[in-house]
Amino acid sequence: MRLINRHPNPRLARVLTASPFVAVAVVYVIASTIRHAANPDDKLLPTIAQMGAAMWRMAAQQDMESGDYLMLNDTIVSLQRLLLGLGISLAVSFAIGVSVGMIPYLKRLFVPFINAFSMVPPLAILPILFIVAGIGETAKVSLIVLGTAPYMIRDLILRVEELPRPQIIKAQTLGAGDWQIALRVVVPQMLPRLIDSLRLSLGPAWLYLISAEAIAAENGLGYRIFLVRRYFAMDIILPYVAWITLLAFFADLGLRWLQHAAFPWFAGARAQ
Amino acid sequence: MSVLAVRDVWKLYHGRPVLERINAEIGEGSFVAVVGPSGCGKTTFLRMLMSEERPDRGAILLDGLPLPLEPTHDRGVVFQRYSVFPHLTVLGNVVLPLEFARSRRLGKLFGIAKQRAEEEARTMLEDVGLTGAAPLYPAALSGGMQQRLALAQALIRRPRVLLLDEPFSALDPGTRADIHALMKRLWRETQMTIVMVTHDISEAFRLGTRVLVFERPPVQPDGAQGGAVVTHDIKVHERNIDKLQSRRATPTGDGPGAVSVTSRDDLATA
Ligand SMILES: Nc1ncnc2c1ncn2[C@@H]1O[C@H](COP(=O)(O)OP(=O)(O)OP(=O)(O)O)[C@@H](O)[C@H]1O
Ligand SMILES: [Mg+2]
Repeated sequence: MRLINRHPNPRLARVLTASPFVAVAVVYVIASTIRHAANPDDKLLPTIAQMGAAMWRMAAQQDMESGDYLMLNDTIVSLQRLLLGLGISLAVSFAIGVSVGMIPYLKRLFVPFINAFSMVPPLAILPILFIVAGIGETAKVSLIVLGTAPYMIRDLILRVEELPRPQIIKAQTLGAGDWQIALRVVVPQMLPRLIDSLRLSLGPAWLYLISAEAIAAENGLGYRIFLVRRYFAMDIILPYVAWITLLAFFADLGLRWLQHAAFPWFAGARAQ
Repeated sequence: MSVLAVRDVWKLYHGRPVLERINAEIGEGSFVAVVGPSGCGKTTFLRMLMSEERPDRGAILLDGLPLPLEPTHDRGVVFQRYSVFPHLTVLGNVVLPLEFARSRRLGKLFGIAKQRAEEEARTMLEDVGLTGAAPLYPAALSGGMQQRLALAQALIRRPRVLLLDEPFSALDPGTRADIHALMKRLWRETQMTIVMVTHDISEAFRLGTRVLVFERPPVQPDGAQGGAVVTHDIKVHERNIDKLQSRRATPTGDGPGAVSVTSRDDLATA
């Protein structure tokens, strides 16, 4: 049988899915053990126990100076920035994407500009943001917005344009005006697509968040990683990276679930 | 007076004529079938009737007035595909036109008004035999059911004219026969005017009271080609068709019962 027609059975499928994760973990443990055998003070590949101890300090014990639970605090602060940035991006891109996608005048006015603007590398204008907005929250949130909104806007405009023309004509022959077409035909069909767009933007959003926190912040997951780097504290960095990855993974999972639950028609419509 | 009057209409694409000197007076309550070879401009003709395209020359009148510049609710349409909204249930698809009419701002009804609209929509669904499918999304429907839904949706606001572009050509013969019977019944009950493009000659004669044949002239030696003209305008007398069908138990009527063929060469060369 051809490879393209061969499918693993459910149990084997689960084993296949798990094996790369297990492999990475096993390789790490072996490598860490070897290094510690050679040099008990090795900092590069901390043992699981060392990382566990570091996490216990970060997550479950109050910081001596501030009295905060550092990891919890970092997580909350970072998620706040991330959600605020993505929320603004989402609102802005939804409003602009739908209206520009629908209205030829706006298309002429904005599409070339948006296309040009989206080529500006957001990190390159980070200094400008710090100068204009100071090094507070505004600059960090703005960076996330600037980093994700142009893509989401362009994506949404394309999705609106992708709606079959006959559908829009049909709506008009059923007596719908601009507003009605927007509210009943375009917007409901764009919501699940917006979730797709958001899922793809999560990666860049974390990138910009951590960049901003690395450069100027007093707290946050990115700040912490770059702070403890000075002490070569891999036992904190690695679990933090894993934690960020886990958060991003569950955010993605949650969005996928939301799309499925809130727009039950979408999978079928997309398949057609 | 004719509902639709097409007067010396030309349509050019990239400077080349696709349709030339099209003339047709379409009377109230008639069922006009448009046939012709692929690429001769049937869809283009229909798109002009729904104001999706504009003629380059000539005029189209609706009830004696110039056609509105954009699609309006007096001309319903059913396409071969993409005719229903994938994000609305079957019931939602048929309620939608009523919501457009009754809620100018939001296009959405609530409470009693919504219930009333849903009742009307259910009656319409019953008419096209989709009662059981009301809560389903279109993706879960067969092609024939989707087209019946599209008909129900287009008919619920009782358009003056119904424009159909090969609405049944993707259906299997059995389904098509069912939907033909449905189409005929709906047309008789509402007395609306229908223009239907089809590839299927037998469908044209079975349903139409009149068949318009579009054809392009052969390509000239220098590569130039004129636009399609109406080569035949065939009156299929509705009463005769009815008699023919009531005499037979099963309507297999491939041939037109009694047709009078009026050659429109006079028009074409005018
Ligand atoms: N938007 C357009 N731009 C340029 N040419 C077009 C456009 N629409 C149609 N045409 C051309 O006009 C001609 C008629 O097209 P049309 O779709 O009306 O044919 P049709 O009779 O509906 O064909 P079919 O039976 O295959 O559906 C074709 O040669 C096509 O290439
Ligand atoms: Mg066509």
